Parts: sequence; C-alpha cells; structure tokens
Amino acid sequence: MSEKLKSSQVPGVSRRGFLKGLGVSGVATGLLTGTETPTEAAERGSPIKGPGEIPITLQINGKKHQLSVEPRVTLLDALRNRLDLTGSKKVCDRGTCGACTVIVDGQPVYSCSMLAVEAEGRAITTIEGLGTAENMNPVQKAFVKHDAQQCGFCTPGFVVACTAFLKTNPNPTLEDARTGLGGNLCRCGTYAGIMDAVLDAAKMTKGGA
Amino acid sequence: MATAKWPAIDKRTLIGKRIDRADGPVKAAGVARYSFDINRPGMLWAKLVVSPHARAELVSIDVSEAASMPGVKATWKDDSLLGKEVQYIGQIVAAVAAETEEIAQEAAGKVKAQYKPLAHQANDRDPTLSKDKPATRNTGNVDEAFAKADVKVEGEYGIPVITHCCLESHGQVAELRNDELHVWPSTQAVSSYADVSISDASGVPRNKIRVDCQYMGGGFGSKFNPGKWGVISSALAKQAGRPVKLMLDRDLELMIAGNRPSAFAKIKVGAMKDGTLTAMETEVWGTAGMGGGVPQQIPYVIDRIPNVRLTAKRIQTNRGPAAAWRAPNHPQSCFLTMSALADTAAALKMDELEFFLKAVQLSARAEVYSEELRIAADLIGYKQKAHLRGDPSGGSVKRGLGMSVHTWGGRGHPSECDVTINPDGSVEAKLGSQDLGTGNRTVIAIVVAETLGLPLEAVRIEIGRNAYPTSGGSGGSTTVGGVSTSSRFAATDALNALFAVVAPKMGVQPDALEANGGYIRQIDKPDNRISWRNACALLGVNSITKRGVNVPGESEKQGFISQGVGGVQMADVSVDIETGVATINEMVAVQDCGMIIDLKTAESQVYGSLIMGVAYALYEEAIYDLKTGRMLNADMEFYRLSGLKDVGKLKVHMMTSKAYDDRGIIGLGEPPVISPGAAIANAVANAVGVRVPHLPLTPDRVIAALQKGGII
Amino acid sequence: MKSFEYAIPSSLEEASSLLAQSWGETEILAGGTDLVTSLKQQVTAPKRVVSLRNISSLKGITVQRQSVRIGAMTTLADLTANSAVKEHFPALVKAVQGIGSQQIISAGTVGGDLCQRPRCWYYRNGFGLFGKQGDTSLVLEGDNRYHAIFGNEGPAYFVSASSLGPALIALGATLKISGTKGKTREVAAREFFRTPKSESERETVLRPNEILFEITIPIRGLKNATYEVRHRQGLDWPYVTATVSFALKGGTASNASVVLGHVAPVPWPSAAASKALNGARIDASLAAKCGQAATEGAKPLSGNAYKLQLVKTAVKRAVLDAAAAA
Repeated sequence: MSEKLKSSQVPGVSRRGFLKGLGVSGVATGLLTGTETPTEAAERGSPIKGPGEIPITLQINGKKHQLSVEPRVTLLDALRNRLDLTGSKKVCDRGTCGACTVIVDGQPVYSCSMLAVEAEGRAITTIEGLGTAENMNPVQKAFVKHDAQQCGFCTPGFVVACTAFLKTNPNPTLEDARTGLGGNLCRCGTYAGIMDAVLDAAKMTKGGA
Repeated sequence: MATAKWPAIDKRTLIGKRIDRADGPVKAAGVARYSFDINRPGMLWAKLVVSPHARAELVSIDVSEAASMPGVKATWKDDSLLGKEVQYIGQIVAAVAAETEEIAQEAAGKVKAQYKPLAHQANDRDPTLSKDKPATRNTGNVDEAFAKADVKVEGEYGIPVITHCCLESHGQVAELRNDELHVWPSTQAVSSYADVSISDASGVPRNKIRVDCQYMGGGFGSKFNPGKWGVISSALAKQAGRPVKLMLDRDLELMIAGNRPSAFAKIKVGAMKDGTLTAMETEVWGTAGMGGGVPQQIPYVIDRIPNVRLTAKRIQTNRGPAAAWRAPNHPQSCFLTMSALADTAAALKMDELEFFLKAVQLSARAEVYSEELRIAADLIGYKQKAHLRGDPSGGSVKRGLGMSVHTWGGRGHPSECDVTINPDGSVEAKLGSQDLGTGNRTVIAIVVAETLGLPLEAVRIEIGRNAYPTSGGSGGSTTVGGVSTSSRFAATDALNALFAVVAPKMGVQPDALEANGGYIRQIDKPDNRISWRNACALLGVNSITKRGVNVPGESEKQGFISQGVGGVQMADVSVDIETGVATINEMVAVQDCGMIIDLKTAESQVYGSLIMGVAYALYEEAIYDLKTGRMLNADMEFYRLSGLKDVGKLKVHMMTSKAYDDRGIIGLGEPPVISPGAAIANAVANAVGVRVPHLPLTPDRVIAALQKGGII
Repeated sequence: MKSFEYAIPSSLEEASSLLAQSWGETEILAGGTDLVTSLKQQVTAPKRVVSLRNISSLKGITVQRQSVRIGAMTTLADLTANSAVKEHFPALVKAVQGIGSQQIISAGTVGGDLCQRPRCWYYRNGFGLFGKQGDTSLVLEGDNRYHAIFGNEGPAYFVSASSLGPALIALGATLKISGTKGKTREVAAREFFRTPKSESERETVLRPNEILFEITIPIRGLKNATYEVRHRQGLDWPYVTATVSFALKGGTASNASVVLGHVAPVPWPSAAASKALNGARIDASLAAKCGQAATEGAKPLSGNAYKLQLVKTAVKRAVLDAAAAA
C-alpha cells in the first residue's frame, strides 16, 4: 500500500460515496431479531451471508477453487478439509505457532486465524505452490541440505514463512532472519539448520538457482 | 561371502558420512502425508466430550440431542465410567462424529454429561500431600559421613510438569473396509499398535487391522498405544460405516496426552575441602497425575558417592496422566543432582570444571566424562570465561557458565527387516518401524546401500506399516540400533544369495566376491566384475528376499550394537538482573553414541535436544489452577516453546574416534536432552551468584531469587 | 466455534447499522488475529460477524504537516513501513516489532490491536472476563503472575493486551469513532480504554454499534521510546512495557508522558513518573528515579510483585532510550 492516500480516500471523507447504490441504510434494522432470513437477505443483495454454507472462490497457487463453506470455517480448515491441501498444518490453531502459514497478497499470515470467506479475492500461496519434491524452491533445497527438519510437521510453515521473508529481505543478517521468523515454532529443535538454510537460500536465490 | 560385520572405518562409503535426510524433499515440499493429513472418501470428523471437573462422579451421559443434529453420524459414550469417578479435567467421556469438523465440534457441545463434583487435589509442591509410603534407599553411613564432612550444602530445587506438545497431535483415521480395520495413527510404534483395545472397539481381529503411519509429527514418548482416541475413532468408524478422523485438539493434547512428571527435592551434600564427595541425602517428591512415580536416580551419574540416602514421595494429583517423555526420569534426576553439586562447588569456592572433573570419578564412565568435559571446556572457551559463582563485573547483565553430565542406555530394539533384490536390479527394504523424525528411512537406506555397494537412490525404503516385518517402537533411543542391524543382516543375506547365483558365471566361489561401487567383483581380482544390473538379471524371474532379525542380546554380544553412553553439556548464559531475563549465549554438547550411521541426522538429534532443553530450562511448565484443577496454559501461547531467537549459538561435538566406533551402534535420541536444564540452571547461578531453585528460569523466579539473595 | 452470519459492508455507516445494540450479539472483524481465536475459544459467540475489510476508506496512512492519520484497518506491517511513523514515533514502531511475529504484523490491524480482548487465562478458559467461579475470584486465589498490579481493585484483574495503546497515549493520539447514521465522535487515546465493571461492558469506551475508524497522532517533535521486558524473543507477550515521550530542550524534559503496558486493565499512565521527568535533566539517576516513581501506588497480587522491579527497569530504560534517540 502506498504511504500516502489521496484525501478523498481518507476515512470519513468519502464514506457517503460508498452508500450509493447499495441501498444499505437501515438494512440491518431488525435483522438480529430474526425478521429476515439470510436467503431473503441475499436475494435482496444484502451484505449478509450465512450462517449456512455459502459459495466462495479462492485463488490458491494461481488456480481458482470454488467451494461452499460456512462463515465460521477458517482458511486453514478450508484448505485442509475441503480442498485436501494438507501441506499447511494445524498445530496450535490459535495463531501462535506458524505451522499453518500461507502467503496472502504477498504477506505471510496464519491461515488458522483467517476466515475462509475473508480470503476471497486475495492471492493465496500455500506450501503446495512453492515447489515440488522433485523441483524444490531455494528455501526447500536449503532446508534439505542443512537438515532443517526432523519430524517435519513445522516445516511447511517455516518454508512458507522463510520464502515470504526472503522476498522482502533478500540480504538478511542472522539477526534479521531470527527476527523475521519469530512467528514460527518447532518442537524437535531444528533451528540450527533453519538458520543455515535461510542464509544459504538467500545466497542461492541471488545466484539465480 | 559378505559378512554382516560392520565395515572397517576406512572402507565405508556411506555409513558415518553426512547424508541428507531421505524424506527431506517430500517434507520440505509439504507433500509428506502425516496421519493428520489423511483424508478418506466419505470421511467423518470426530470431536471429544471431556470432563470439566478435576474430580467428580459421572452420573449420566446423554448424547441424544447431539445425535439428532443434522450431519451427526455416530456417537460414543463411555458407559463404563457411569457411577465412577472422572479424575482430571479433560478426561474423555463421550464423542461424536459428523460430516464436518465444525458440526462435530458443535455437536460435542450438545452432549449432556451430569456430574457430582468431588473434592480434588492438584498441588504437586507440598510433600506432605503424599499419601503413599515413601520409597527409600540407603547406602553407607550417611549420618557419620555428614558428621565428618568439611562442608554440608543444603538446597531445594524443582522441575515442573511439562508436556510433550507434539506438533502433530495424537489420534488416527479409522476405516472399516472388507472386514478389515485400516488405521492411520500418529504413532511411534506401528508394529505393536494393533492391540486388543482397537480390535475390541471395531470388532475386527487383530490380524486384520492394517496400520499405516508414513509420517508422524513428533511423539517424544507419548505415542506408543492407540489411546482412548484410537479406541473411540475405531468404534465410531464401525458405527457410522464410514471413515472417521479423530485428532486431539491442542488443549487436550497438552492436558491429557501425557506429560513429564515433576520433581522437587531437598538435597544435602557432604564434601571435603578438596571437593571429594562423601554423602548425599535427598527427599524428592512430585506428581505424575494419578499414577506413575517419582524420579529417583539421585545422585545421577555421580552415583558412587559412598553414603547416600533417598526418600521419594509420590503425590497423586487430579491432573492428566504422565507418559514417557524423552529419557524418562533422567532430566529431572539430572537437574536435581547437578544443581546440588554445582552449589557444593560454589560453597567450596572451587572451580566448577575442576570440581566436576573430580566428581565424575565417582561415575561408571570416568574416562569418557573426563575427556568430554575437557572438550566441552575448550569449545565454550571455559578458561577465558570462567569465574567463581557470581559474575564480578559491573553492569546489569551478568554472564556465567554451567555444566552437566548425563547417561543413557540406547540398545537397539528387536527388529526384523526384509530386503529384496529384484531381477531388474532394483532393491527394496521393508520393516515396520516408523520414522519419528529421527531419520529412519535415511539410516536404513544408508545401511542397505553400503552393504550392497550401491548408491543411496538405488534402494527403496518401505516403513511404517504393520504389514511389513515386525520392528520395534521408537522409544528409548532403540530404533537406530534395531533397524540398522536387521537391515544389515537382511541385505547381507540377500547379497550372499545373489553371490551364489553370480559366482558360477564369474568362475569363482561365492566367498571370493564383494559388492562395490555398483559392481559384483572378485575381491582379490577386482577386474573380474559384473555390473549390479547384469548380476541381478541372472536371477531370471525370481527375486531374492531375505529377512534380517535383530535379537538385541545376540547383536550386542557380536558387537553390532551396544548400550550406555556419556555426554557433557555446557551453557554460557547472560542474565539481566534488572529484569530477570535469562538468555542463552551458547550451548555446547559433547556426546558419545558409538558408531554413527548418518552424522548429519545424528547431529540434528543433539542440536534438537539442546533446543528442547532451552525450552524446558527457560520457558516450559504446565501451569495449574489449584482451585479448579484446570491447566491454565493448555495452548501454545502460554505453554511456551523456545523460538529461533532464544537458543543462542549451538555447538555439537560427536565422539567418533575408533574406540567409540568399535562399540557398535548406540541410540542417540534421549541422552542429549537430559542435561540442558541442569547446565543452564548452573550457568544462571554462576552468573548471578545465587541459585534460582526452580525451572523454568522465568523473570519472576529470577527476580525472586535475586531479591532473596540480596543481589537487587 | 458456533456458527454465525458473516456481513461484509462497504461503508462505515452500513457497518454500524449491521452491529447490534448490546455486546456479544455481533462482533467486528478486522485482521482476525484476536477475534478468530476468541470465537474458537467461545469467549464470544456472536450471531453475526461484521467484517470491515471491504471498507477501503479504513486503510492507509495520511501524513500531514502536524499529524499522521492512520486508518483503523491499516495493518501493523503498513504502519511500521511508513517513513513518517518511523521518523516521528519510534515508540510505536518498537511496540509493533515487539509482537515478534511477521504473520501477526501482516494480518493484524491498528484498530484491532486497540480493541483486542484480554489474554487473561481465566477469561480464555471460560471463567468470564473477571475469572470468577461463583463469587470467588479465581485470579486472586489462583495464578495471577501475569495480572495487574495497578488499577486492580476488581473485579477486573487482567491486563490490557494492546501493544499500541501505551504508545498512542504517550504520543497524545486521538481516536475517531463512528456510530449509527454517520455520527462520529473523537476521544483522546488516554480516554479510550476503561476498566469494565461488569461482564456486559468491554475494555474501551466504544459502544456496541460503534467503530473505531481512525487514529490521529500529532507530530510534536517529542522524544519517544518504548521498552519492553520480554523473555521469549519471538511471538510472545511482554511482561511489562513502558512508553515514554517528552520534549527535550538543553537536556531538560518537559511535556512528559509515561505510560505502562501489561500492568493494569488499561494502558497505565503514570502521573508520578511523568512528574519526575518534567523539568528535570535527563541522566541515568533521573531515569532510575523516574522508574521508581512509576511504581507508586502499585498493589501487587499474590504472585506478581516481581512486576514492580520490571516497571522500574522498563521506565528507566525507556527514558534513556528516548533521550538517546536522534
């Protein structure tokens, strides 16, 4: 995002513009008292969806996937349980361990802490989109070379986080890398290898590998 | 004839080298399917209903409302508990299986269980809460020794309950198909997993249970059996007629799937001015939930102190049960012993290294420990950095060094392996043992490829199914010795069978042949050779399959495997005495483990242990609210593991000289995780000048100790 | 997680109209890093979740001569990437960096940080906002090592979890709030937080159908710094934080503000510490004196007296860091 927005985009200035055409004023009145079903609301072009399954389209690893999910389904659960993309792991399920990390619009995020419906219209990259076992990306290659994995359950999350990190920090110091990957945890204790791997992957990436 | 004897060091092409993890690429690419990742057609999700009471009589369970919810396909309840006590929060009483995880979760909330709450007990800090007759041990004349000792040093120490926190939680996918039960569990014991509990639950005889665990996300001792979750998912799958996935949610994994017992102790050490240890008296207590015992190997390693008295008191608590946790009982015994010994050195105003060099003379491996202590001291720069207790330099950040020694058995487990050589030259090795994350596929591939003179890629490894030859569970550092030996035996026998076919064509006796570099060749006339592919073609249509069997006692006698190692670790820490924040500058591990199959993954075991050790030294503890009996930090937010930035610089030194190598293979998973708590705690004491008695060494505890000691 | 409706309005006014009149019936979704966890823990079970992500006017930073205006949906990553923020408000940048997780910083928003719910483990384990079993406070009788040492007369003993709150208060920020029918109001950051007295209240002055939409920070040329006492260096909560801001002329401080974090149910401005700074020459001994002053009035619970020492240190170091800043 650009640092400076035009004044017309500043909150509070353009608000009224968004109201036009939506017919929203008063839309919500009485909704919570159950006078209108979600279907009725949807038919009316309401901004309200669910609580039942709603169709969404997710753009994952460059492909569009259509699926139906309840609003309460997280992106992680949609990936794993609906789309069988099981590379992203469910570990803490509370946004603290990083095993579910995916890249959304270029930024690493915890997919366990994002609702699937919120991911609509965004470019999602999962571990499955980074490379294959036969054709690994530099981070994956470096993880293998430096044995930055044991049981491997945290590995996809680390690989995704490292890949995102290196994109914005192509020349990291050890300290940068340690800071940049502070949102991921490993239980087997592979950090020594991970540190070597990140720095090595940075070199490989620059070398065009 | 090829002999199974391990090849001489200079003849090895793969064994002992740094070899990449065989399944590294599939793990790094995220395509390795862990049990948690198994999605079967028509699969249901199961969620558990658990006791909210630390102790209560279970009066009734009503699953009817849950069962009638749209999408719910099966329910389970534990009628055997009716009228009986539930004994901890999180104890499973019922379960539901539904079309989606979300529906199952919601339905679980609609199961109505009624309880009559009873008084509970969750405190493990007070030895007077022990109701058992204490276990005691007495050697020599302790009272007389204390009377004669130059110094008597008393201290109180404690190490709390911690959990396994396996990143892949416990559970399985279960599916009944064609009168067979197929299960995909997260387990560290595939070959023995199909036990009577899931057989009874599914109504399928044990010999028709197919167990498959290709990848599992950590076990650390807590995943040997199906557990109640295995039983329930099997029962639900039977009832629903559809596959069922039941994996524990994180809070339950932390509360009920096993933990490491606590150990608190009052220890008194008697010593002479020159550091000679003469007596140790210990009162130790702790909890393993309602069952289990208390760590009692005190004094640890330095176990030839002539006069020793020990009283051990188990405290039963209404908390989740304990399970084997990497090197069961050793980290606790080690921390308690080494803390008391370092305090003794401090009381004597003796250099700690000098003190420990003397102390290890009272161990079963004096030479090993002495050598390792010297190596560790060099690696950490002991001479340059060491000071007596209490960093004399000014400023708020104090630096200190600490050390500890440990031991473990690690003899290979019973293991069978089939190696097949096919006419097309392909080779496969199969055995039941799963990969716990230690590199099981890698070591088997190394051994078989080395044996057959082939490159690693030529060998296909199939593990983790109970359809494969029976091979032990991964516990107690037994896997590498077990599978390496059985696969060596199988590969050697298969090779000899191939020699028997090839020898006549080469005009020699089979015992004149060897496999090397992709050829079968005559040992004393290497030019007489035939490529592996052509040799195998001579088999016609028949493959060779040979089974290797590791019988631990026999293999140990013959020098293939051994047991009993020593290790030394040192820590260099900084403590900010104005904030109580302790950080690791550097950790050094020096470890003996006999003959090494893969140096790379072996070192990874040691690095990993240091990191896990930093976590339990500085951060980890299961925190219970005594009034409710609830674990307050059953999440990964306040149940803290160490992160990348917390572990400092790590140095690993493996003892690989011939004398160690000659002992054969010894397991490595447990030993290096034993010492970090002790080494770090001793380093903190050395830095700040007072003992912080209880792990983990969090700012609140450090500040309290500093204030008590008048440091701040 | 209970099921809920998902509403995705395109304007603030529409968003307000989708919100209920009482807490808990609806929840506002910003970056999700707190709300999604709260939904899973069922500490809230709304009938509707109102997402702000389609209200584009809420995102972005406008730098003016005398102030920086930050849309409430601006991510923490975008906040710290802004050059004016970096130049003028190092205390704020430090507070974001302290979060320790790029994933949280990428997804989390400025407004979400200020409105997140407490992390008190009794609350998160289902014992209500005040951690009670019947009439008994489990916090007082139980494990309160991470709880409040100030403002803890009860029934609230938790600490405010906001990372940005102390810094925004110290920097004199103003928050803009939108209500129904397009009505807006402004509150000073230091008035925004409040200690709830009943379960039906929350930790801010927001009404259930109001939305925090903009934060304005004046550029006043103040020296400012945040110091956090944290043990684990990755994603974790600090034990205690202190943000300090003051004008410095000829080595003498004025207009000082010292605000503590993780010590009270709200970010805790320390009048005594501010007073100690004003008109004083900044040096190590003054910083220590200021740290000592910051502990005035603290009433530790059974297990958190150690925080006094941390307050002393955090304030002292924040003062010195601020003074040393360019």
